Amino acid sequence: MIEGVGLPEILSVTTILFFIGVYGFFTRTNLIAMLMSLELMVNAEAVNFVAINKYLSPAFLQGQIFSLFIIALAAAETALALAIILHLYRLTSNIDVREVKELKY
Amino acid sequence: MMSAFSYVYIIPLIPILMFLFLGFTARKIKEPVSGYLGTIGLGIVFIMSYYTAFKYFFSDGLVDGKYHQFRIMIKEGWIHFTDKLAIDIGIIIDPISVMMLVVVSTVSFMVHIYSLGYMHKDTGFSRFYAYLSLFTFSMLGLVLASNLFMIYIFWELVGVSSFLLIGYYFETPSAVAASKKAFIVTRFADMFFLIGILMIGYFGQSFDFMTLNSESTISMLNSWIQNNAVFSFMGISLITYALIFVYIGGMGKSAMFPLHIWLPDAMEGPTPVSALIHAATMVVAGVYLVARLFPMFHNIQGGIALHFVAIVGTFSALFAAIIALTQEDIKRVLAFSTMSQIGYMMMALGVSGYDGHEGLGYMAGMFHLFTHAMFKALLFLVAGAVIHAVHSNFMDKMGGLHKYMPIASWTFLIAALAISGIPPFAGFFSKDEILTAAFEYNKFIWFVGFIVAGMTAFYMFRLYFRIFYNKQNEYEHTPHDAPFTMSFALIFLAIMAATVGFIPFSKFVSADLTPFHSHIEWGSPLVIGSILIALTGIGTAYLMYYKETKYPEKVASAFGSFYKWTKDKFYFDELYLFVTHKIIFDRISKPIAWFDRNVIDGFMNLLGVTTENTSKKIKYLQSGRMQDYAMFFMSGVIAIVMLIIYFR
Repeated sequence: MIEGVGLPEILSVTTILFFIGVYGFFTRTNLIAMLMSLELMVNAEAVNFVAINKYLSPAFLQGQIFSLFIIALAAAETALALAIILHLYRLTSNIDVREVKELKY
Repeated sequence: MMSAFSYVYIIPLIPILMFLFLGFTARKIKEPVSGYLGTIGLGIVFIMSYYTAFKYFFSDGLVDGKYHQFRIMIKEGWIHFTDKLAIDIGIIIDPISVMMLVVVSTVSFMVHIYSLGYMHKDTGFSRFYAYLSLFTFSMLGLVLASNLFMIYIFWELVGVSSFLLIGYYFETPSAVAASKKAFIVTRFADMFFLIGILMIGYFGQSFDFMTLNSESTISMLNSWIQNNAVFSFMGISLITYALIFVYIGGMGKSAMFPLHIWLPDAMEGPTPVSALIHAATMVVAGVYLVARLFPMFHNIQGGIALHFVAIVGTFSALFAAIIALTQEDIKRVLAFSTMSQIGYMMMALGVSGYDGHEGLGYMAGMFHLFTHAMFKALLFLVAGAVIHAVHSNFMDKMGGLHKYMPIASWTFLIAALAISGIPPFAGFFSKDEILTAAFEYNKFIWFVGFIVAGMTAFYMFRLYFRIFYNKQNEYEHTPHDAPFTMSFALIFLAIMAATVGFIPFSKFVSADLTPFHSHIEWGSPLVIGSILIALTGIGTAYLMYYKETKYPEKVASAFGSFYKWTKDKFYFDELYLFVTHKIIFDRISKPIAWFDRNVIDGFMNLLGVTTENTSKKIKYLQSGRMQDYAMFFMSGVIAIVMLIIYFR
């Protein structure tokens, strides 16, 4: 809990953060940049969990523990995605998502 | 149940072990060894069968003036249908099964010995002996089976081993066709047999022969028939139909008219096989089946089923004898002769009564089965020796062989005299008993049998004179008598054919298991008549065929088209082909095939094609662009959130 800051302010910040992530995911064509956008979205959700838990039901700890899980998951996911991107780069010398469409149809 | 005969179940086990051994090692064990192994196995079976027969008939069988039926259960309640109705595994020892043991093991043993010479240097020698062992196992199992289902199992096993042996020369297309024909025709008959078995099992509440043949079961069935007159068609009850269905199974195996068409073609198999399967053992399975169920056939609904047996048998005897008069292939003459003689046995069973001396026909039929097995196997084996020497099946390629093959000639003469019914050879006694029984039953049936006896003598001696006398052909190699192994079998069977007629058969086999006394009344017109007609047949054959004469052609042209009809076996093969091809295949099977191909398959194809086309249309949604997928996903999430918020 931060003095003078209510739940709506925090939620506004996280929502903005989330949609920045969404915007980045849709507009970027570089896979690394897209991964970063994804991380933004995930982190926004993690903050949401902590904030809602702290403000609405401080007697319980589930929200905060859940955010810990999210961080672990995000780390694993990033490692996996980076491995895929690296491999893709080795195969095609390229990480532009528009050029990668072997799996269509 | 332990009894003195518990060891008998080992008898069929020896050939099956031999079959497994020879079958699995057929490629490793070479020619003489496999033959010797099979022959030694059969030798043991032969000795054990004779020992069993001796023990049964002379010491243990007769209890208080009546032959006891021993039933040895190996597994009671093998398969349960209901609480009461179950299939057992067991063997039955009674006069006819012991007699069949002797017949099967004797002929099979002789054929094993004979084949050592006949199949010499054949590429499939071991395979041949393996099949022979399989057949012997199935046939021994068939005669020992204690219930209808077991007999059905072995019935099919003899069918399949007959199929394998007819198609033994599977490189020849005609042998393949013949084996298929034999299998399909007998299977068709076996379908009725199975229906009959199930019906009898349902009504009689048992499959066991001793239970079914017992007086209590028969009187129960007869009272059911009286109380349920509804379940009958043309005055014949369902149970009688069940018996007739069982008999149709026997007709298929025993080549009775109109299911006889497979037997002449089965001659494509090696000749020892024809001697064993298609002359002496398997083809009499139908006769054995009727004899096995004789109390049922005789007593249920006044014996209507037995009249049917008599009519079919008599007609087949006449029909086959007429065809045999004109055939040129010696094995086909013998095949039709077999059919005719089996018809005789069926006729004998059909005219038989039940008690004591009334059961003369039953005894005579079994007696004829026994003697016929000996002389017909001998005839086939001699024919095999002749074919072996001349390399042809056709009579006009033979002639004048007497001086080259004396053993074959003399043994053939003995067998021909036996089948013609000339005393003191075996066939005379059994045939005479049959004619006596038929005379007491119905004069017309007797008359047909009497005529057939004359025809038999004629065609047998036509065969004899045309092979061994008549015009001599020019042979590439000088024919000579068969090697020792083959001649041994011929001589042994010739001795049997000459002497077995003196066995007092009525002391051993009778319908009601009680020995009775029967003797030949030498002075009676019946006996003299049957000898005279046999002599007439032989004399006619002598006049026409001893030397090359013009008579055969004159007689043939005098009969005109009838001669042609008989020579083409009354066009029965063509009739069957017409029925199967033109009617069943063209009119029934082809429309059904069309329906299946176009309607059933068409519907399934329609489903497949529609799915494929739809997929082709919508596959462009998979664009491969990651942003598109993210867009769809996001739109989906937003839509669901909207739904949850506004339409809760």
